[in-house]
Amino acid sequence: MAPALCAICRTSRALIIRPKNHQKLCKSCFIAIFEAEIHHTITTTSLFSPGDRIAIGASGGKDSTVLASVLKTLNERYNYGLELVLLSIDEGIKGYRDDSLETVKRNAVQYDMPLKIVGYDELYGWTMDQVVEAIGKKGNCTYCGVFRRQALDRGAKMLGINHVVTGHNADDVAETILMNLLRGDLPRLARSTSIVTGDANSEVRRSKPLKYAYEKEIVLYAHHKKLDYFTTECLYSPEAFRGSARSLIKNLERVRPSAILDVVRSGEDMAKLVPEVVSGVSHCKSQKVSLSSADGEDEGAGGCGSVNGRNSGGEMADMEKKLRQDEEASSREVDISASIPLSANSQKHDRIGESKPPQKMGKKLVRQTLGTCKKCGYMSSQDICKACTLLEGLNRNRPKIEIEVDVEDEESSTLRRRMEGIALGAG
Amino acid sequence: MESGNTIPIIVEFSGGLEMLFSDERKHKLSVPAKDDQGNAVNIGWLVQHLCQEVMKDSRKEMFVLDGHVRPGILVLINDADWELEGEASYALQPDDNILFVSTLHGG
Repeated sequence: MAPALCAICRTSRALIIRPKNHQKLCKSCFIAIFEAEIHHTITTTSLFSPGDRIAIGASGGKDSTVLASVLKTLNERYNYGLELVLLSIDEGIKGYRDDSLETVKRNAVQYDMPLKIVGYDELYGWTMDQVVEAIGKKGNCTYCGVFRRQALDRGAKMLGINHVVTGHNADDVAETILMNLLRGDLPRLARSTSIVTGDANSEVRRSKPLKYAYEKEIVLYAHHKKLDYFTTECLYSPEAFRGSARSLIKNLERVRPSAILDVVRSGEDMAKLVPEVVSGVSHCKSQKVSLSSADGEDEGAGGCGSVNGRNSGGEMADMEKKLRQDEEASSREVDISASIPLSANSQKHDRIGESKPPQKMGKKLVRQTLGTCKKCGYMSSQDICKACTLLEGLNRNRPKIEIEVDVEDEESSTLRRRMEGIALGAG
Repeated sequence: MESGNTIPIIVEFSGGLEMLFSDERKHKLSVPAKDDQGNAVNIGWLVQHLCQEVMKDSRKEMFVLDGHVRPGILVLINDADWELEGEASYALQPDDNILFVSTLHGG
């Protein structure tokens, strides 16, 4: 097969075939167009203003490394006037995050950017190693994801920065859109499609400049520019992508590569149809803004291993199960008058036996208003934020040996002896 | 095997795939020029060969699904996307560099 020539310069050999339009490009034309498109995204959405200080959520992985590299390049090429800072979260996972943080430290030198690392231990008093020790591996991704999102806000605040950019790519956005569609979660569908969350009034805004960039092209960009990035599986969530919506996205891409951007565009169009009162997203402004993702669910529930919310495996199976349950439940729904208390399985259709008639969208129509957590003071749409709720649960179950040593009453010392017994037995 | 009947190639794994191949990024291989049917060996043959002979890890499905390279794994032949080279039907040439990059892993 004669080597194809680049469709742009027509001189060099084509090495890349673009997923979104099958354009065949040489290495340097690909790098140029990849950067130009991100510049286009940034300028058309008025993402930054001159003098802005921007924190790049950096994990050392491919997406955030490419984001840091491209932002540095564009900032210099087009005189954005930005001050770029790397912000990394140390979840406290030995043998995993400490390695990837070494990559971020090298990136800080390579890109000549200051680096701030904030740890779960200093913020929450728990490392992920300790969380897993306390609750086991199952469900630990929820803690990690919720903690990480707030940690980014807190880290930005420590730096006096009010805009954090993350490496979410088109594949991530498409995945989140599909999950929110399957859940029927309109507020989140609207928010997950917008490039910025939070507005001028928020303490910290979030944005995803790589929103329209294919994961495939991000990896190819990193490869051809020989960027220094880190890949490994999180020790607590190996193969998190298996059986997930991620696989569906990748299978779609194989059949029709443009499908990923099609899903992203369709998600945006559907989001426009969601009433503002539901979504909290204003369509009037030239720049789409929405409520903050401080509650930590907008980017998908998972989030191990990278800034991206990789959901834990089996979510598609869970979703199918839930849909089946919904279907079964809806056949019972007509039976409003009969006050037979059926065993509730927490589905929204299971309102049989309640005094009020079923309101399918009743729960979702309550507009989420952004406030602050009564406990920690960080952004939340509920009285107590998710991070504090999870922490409370963790702290309640943490054995308080040091405190109990001073307690004199018999009950506690009996308890202490029992706990010591357990500890000895386990050892 | 006679040297004339084998092709030296370099196979590389990155993006997290190396952990399936003894944590070795670079593998220097010598592959037969022809398969059992006497056809020139191609990438499709190489993928099966890697799975059966080179990969010690039991999680074959992390590399190959339904007889194809798992979606989300990029294949570069001498730095060119294999889609430009005929994908699995590309016939291996001496000193080819075949790179498998996973896009599926976190960082």
